[in-house]
Amino acid sequence: MSVETKLPYDKEYINQFSKDNNEPEWMNSLRLQALEQVDTLELPKPDKTKIGKWNFSRFKHLAEGEKIDSLKELPEALQGFLDEENTPENLLIQRNHSVAYATLSDELKEQGVIFTDIFTALKEHEDLVRRYYMKDAVSVDEHRLTALHAALMNGGIFVYVPKNVEVKVPLQVIFWQEDPEAALFNHVLVVAEENSSLTYVENYVSYNETEETLANVVTEVIAQNNAKISFGAVDNFAAGTTVYNNRRGVAYRDATIDWALGQMNEGNTVSENITHLVGDNSLSNAKTVTVGRGKQIQNFTAKIVHFGKNSEGYILQHGVMKDSASSIFNGIGKIEHGASKSNAEQESRVLMLSEKARGDANPILLIDEDDVTAGHAASVGRVDPLQLYYLMSRGITQAEAERLIIHGFLAPVVNQLPIEAVKNQLTQVIERKVY
Amino acid sequence: MAGSTLEIKNLHVSIEGKEILKGVNLTINGGEFHAVMGPNGTGKSTLASAVMGHPKYEVTEGSILLDGEDVLEMEVDERARAGLFLAMQYPSEISGVTTSDFLRSSMNARREEGDEISLMKFIKEMDSVLDYLEIDKNMAQRYLNEGFSGGEKKRNEILQLMLMKPEIAILDEIDSGLDIDALKVVSKGINKLRDENFGCLIITHYQRLLNYITPDYVHVMMQGRVVKSGGPELAQRLEAEGYDWIKEELGIKDETVGQNA
Repeated sequence: MSVETKLPYDKEYINQFSKDNNEPEWMNSLRLQALEQVDTLELPKPDKTKIGKWNFSRFKHLAEGEKIDSLKELPEALQGFLDEENTPENLLIQRNHSVAYATLSDELKEQGVIFTDIFTALKEHEDLVRRYYMKDAVSVDEHRLTALHAALMNGGIFVYVPKNVEVKVPLQVIFWQEDPEAALFNHVLVVAEENSSLTYVENYVSYNETEETLANVVTEVIAQNNAKISFGAVDNFAAGTTVYNNRRGVAYRDATIDWALGQMNEGNTVSENITHLVGDNSLSNAKTVTVGRGKQIQNFTAKIVHFGKNSEGYILQHGVMKDSASSIFNGIGKIEHGASKSNAEQESRVLMLSEKARGDANPILLIDEDDVTAGHAASVGRVDPLQLYYLMSRGITQAEAERLIIHGFLAPVVNQLPIEAVKNQLTQVIERKVY
Repeated sequence: MAGSTLEIKNLHVSIEGKEILKGVNLTINGGEFHAVMGPNGTGKSTLASAVMGHPKYEVTEGSILLDGEDVLEMEVDERARAGLFLAMQYPSEISGVTTSDFLRSSMNARREEGDEISLMKFIKEMDSVLDYLEIDKNMAQRYLNEGFSGGEKKRNEILQLMLMKPEIAILDEIDSGLDIDALKVVSKGINKLRDENFGCLIITHYQRLLNYITPDYVHVMMQGRVVKSGGPELAQRLEAEGYDWIKEELGIKDETVGQNA
């Protein structure tokens, strides 16, 4: 099926774009090879959601963004993402496709931590980026959208923590799509070397209610032996943006990758969050929340694949659906042959706030090994009338009682976000979407 | 007479089409403690739930008035704000909502907008009641009733009662599942509220609670009606002799709802 797949950007354009950015030769050819594959590859086929007619081809590829000298220049809405009292030590703000603001503490610099935009990383840390860029986590040729991403990548960040370095203060990034028509092909690459640890938090924001564009985001998170990565995110693309978001982790021996994702886009969204537990004793907690409203259609996949022995994966997805929003929640625990003593647990819960909303929870366990434990729980339901009765019997109005129940329902993920300001921001977004 | 008055007149209540209450009459004034006793299955808890507005119970006949206002016309939250409180037999568990957030929302619900209780004052009040009821302070930060033991849930109900200070409280089997120490603490809390402005309806089928909280009036329910009323001596006689003498006196063979005399 090919509906409007003609890209407005061709080989010459991409070649020039790559050259304008002084990209290394391998990156240039990776882009061009990816472009060639775009037409031969199919769109991904998320379970039970048809995306054939979604907008993946009408967009503007490039928009510059002005630098800011002080965080005070940010619009108020964005200032909300930052802790008021202490100015963040480690913060990068990407405005459209430019870096508007970037700071990293001297201490981390001295320890060899890299926290920079992807284009700078391609120049200054070429070998490291080349080692990981679309290699161990996401491949260029998985489907048309990964190929498109590789061809048109126009933003992103590279985070690198050297061996034995513990980053105690969170690294925060704000991807601000200020231009309402600019598409974001964002690439986030996070690498934690052996025995290192870090906390990374990102926010995606745009305000295009009516203008159509898209976001095609690939995130690769690599935790080497005994590394620990805590990854938090609040996605908040506006209604005009069609989103494909692919966040993938690879955890080696004794490594941990924890995800806390607030998936609060307003437009149609396909989001997959997959972690490969490659090493023995590796661990991942994948927690996501979402609120769907209006007519938006969303498809969420949370998947953990166990290769290593004694690996543990815990998936928790909570979603609230209102209006005529519709969402599919796929929870997949996969245990490969040889991954003995592993444990795959998952829980998907959907709370429906209106008759017309739709929410499906699909729990899937694929197990190819005998000596394992696994479990799943899934439910789709309405606000419990007895809970409402209990709260209201204390004088709390129905609206306020529902608000408390919904916040409580989403709390397991909200509370997990490591930056207080981002937590509050997510709470506010939930508030706005639910009422 | 001070305080509020709750009047229940000829109350008929059904659940899923089955009539449970068949004409209950009861009046509770401020300053009075009433006990409603009776064997299981006679409609005691239905009475409590119907007054508060439980979604499953349908009032088919009769009226409930609070200081002359029609309670049946009020939503559940309006009943609470009008001054009614029900300590529930089976309180809901609400995940993700801390007990302290819930308590604060509840206390603010009865206050005017702009007159919300300050955080400091709230914490001070909550802490003092937690101490009084010998509740571990950690409970305030736990999710509401989630994973609470039976005794903790009951204490939490009394905690809410003491913080919210309603005009009329109904306690639905607040003593069930409590050991003697917990029973004493809970009773201490309820007795502390006793004053001329506070009316209370205590539902129980054990007389032992009434050893700690002395009621002014005792009512016995059978077959969905109040069949006998008296003073505290009635409770003592029930303790000593059970319910059979009442059944005999009234010619009742089966006291549960659905049977007719």
